[in-house]
Amino acid sequence: MTENGKASSRPTVADRAASAAIAVDHLVKVYKQTRAVDDISFSLPRGSITGLLGGNGAGKTTTIAMIMGLVLPTSGRVQVLGHEMPDESASVLGRMNFESPYVDMPMRLTVRQNLTVFGKLYAVKNLAGRIARLAADLDLGDFIDRANGKLSAGQKTRVALAKALINEPELLLLDEPTASLDPDTADWVRAHLERYRRDNNATILLASHNMLEVERLCDRVIIMKRGRIEDDDTPEAIMARYNRTTLEEVFLDVARGRANGAKEAVR
Amino acid sequence: MTASPARGISLHRIGAMILRYWYLLLSSWPRLLELLYWPALQVITWGFLQLYIAENANFFARAGGTLIGAVILWDILFRGQLGFSISFLEEMWARNLGNLMMSPLRPIEFLLALMVMSLIRLAIGIIPMTLLALFLFHFNVYALGLPLIAFFCNLIFTSWSVGIFVSGLVLRNGLGAESIVWTLMFAILPLACVYYPVSVLPVWLQYVAWALPPTYAFEGMRALLIEQTFRTDLMLEALVINAVLLAASFGAFLALLRSAKRHGSLLSGGE
Repeated sequence: MTENGKASSRPTVADRAASAAIAVDHLVKVYKQTRAVDDISFSLPRGSITGLLGGNGAGKTTTIAMIMGLVLPTSGRVQVLGHEMPDESASVLGRMNFESPYVDMPMRLTVRQNLTVFGKLYAVKNLAGRIARLAADLDLGDFIDRANGKLSAGQKTRVALAKALINEPELLLLDEPTASLDPDTADWVRAHLERYRRDNNATILLASHNMLEVERLCDRVIIMKRGRIEDDDTPEAIMARYNRTTLEEVFLDVARGRANGAKEAVR
Repeated sequence: MTASPARGISLHRIGAMILRYWYLLLSSWPRLLELLYWPALQVITWGFLQLYIAENANFFARAGGTLIGAVILWDILFRGQLGFSISFLEEMWARNLGNLMMSPLRPIEFLLALMVMSLIRLAIGIIPMTLLALFLFHFNVYALGLPLIAFFCNLIFTSWSVGIFVSGLVLRNGLGAESIVWTLMFAILPLACVYYPVSVLPVWLQYVAWALPPTYAFEGMRALLIEQTFRTDLMLEALVINAVLLAASFGAFLALLRSAKRHGSLLSGGE
């Protein structure tokens, strides 16, 4: 269903979508005169980690918000775990989760209280055991009974990640998952995400400005600029196409409009 | 692992939300104090006014308790709406709405949890208020008996309708619309004839007054205290209007939620 209330009848992605974790088909979002997302399509296989790259205003957050059902597309369609969003969201919201800098956990509640509330919302079985496991995995033990508002930025990020993992989601949407973490903790969180994906065959879509993080974690990168997909491939293939050795250099080429020149030079 | 997909209304999820607000209340003594402070102030001020008037006017002496009764019923209406809306605002202030909207929690479950919280917050504020009225001014609101339940139900239903509607407005327009939460109920105050009978109003305005369910509760209270008559007809009419109002406010909430999703307001939530 789009914001106009019209269901798209395009069948082309239906087969792919059934096996994909996320299938986005000709997705458009227009805010007044601004095309925040401009006709993008992609499909993410289950068990993959994909990085969504782009400068500020590229459309990453709007794209993720439409996948989550928090924003209605102007046109196009989104399928998550084989279900149309947002019409069939009740069938998938319990199987996915997210972390974003645009939301916080309630500040006055302790970490344990927050995880208890969200665990109950997601109907997590053996909730006390799950919280204990997350506390051990994400090293929350020292502050699990402290109010969320009294935690450092890094501790809050770990708590937000614990909330995102509380229901052992099949699909995890992460917006800047290691922002405000020190390098050691950030590296540790990345290792945890890699392990989580491997152990659960989970699909992860992450938006990040940390190119090293994307290079390390992602087996696929989608680069967005002004609402459109500028490139979409493995990190290695993209770097080769732009004749660059790091994704950061590719990012700068795209952001500064040197993308076509760089690709031409390789050809 | 989680249970099966979220279908139907889940008491489990409603309970989770009530637990969330309960944790919040227990963690913050200013929040608890605020629940008690204003109702107590109201009943003391109006109680003394009632005493003064009773000593100086035969009619009011005969109609003992109409003012203090009106204050208590008005507080049920006003605090009921605030209890609903403040719990909603807590999510906006905490920037937690995105987490909830992305969870299996359904809008109807969220609203039902807010309704239960409005009852809990109301009980914390109103029960001490009624005890104050009893011990300071010898006005026993519980002596109204069964009619009190009818008044209470009609007032609380209206407070929820207003609470649902203003929450939808804040959802759609962000915290810039927060002042509506605190002020909209006061627009009803003169028209619902809280402290005076409907007959005081100009005829054309009486039609507006009778369109508001609280008017029936306040008129019913005066009939009970002055004429010792319980007007069941008034309560039933109010119940019908309340049913329409609740359905309309829920529809408006869903429409505003959809509009918020269309405009991306759920991501910003600010001003």
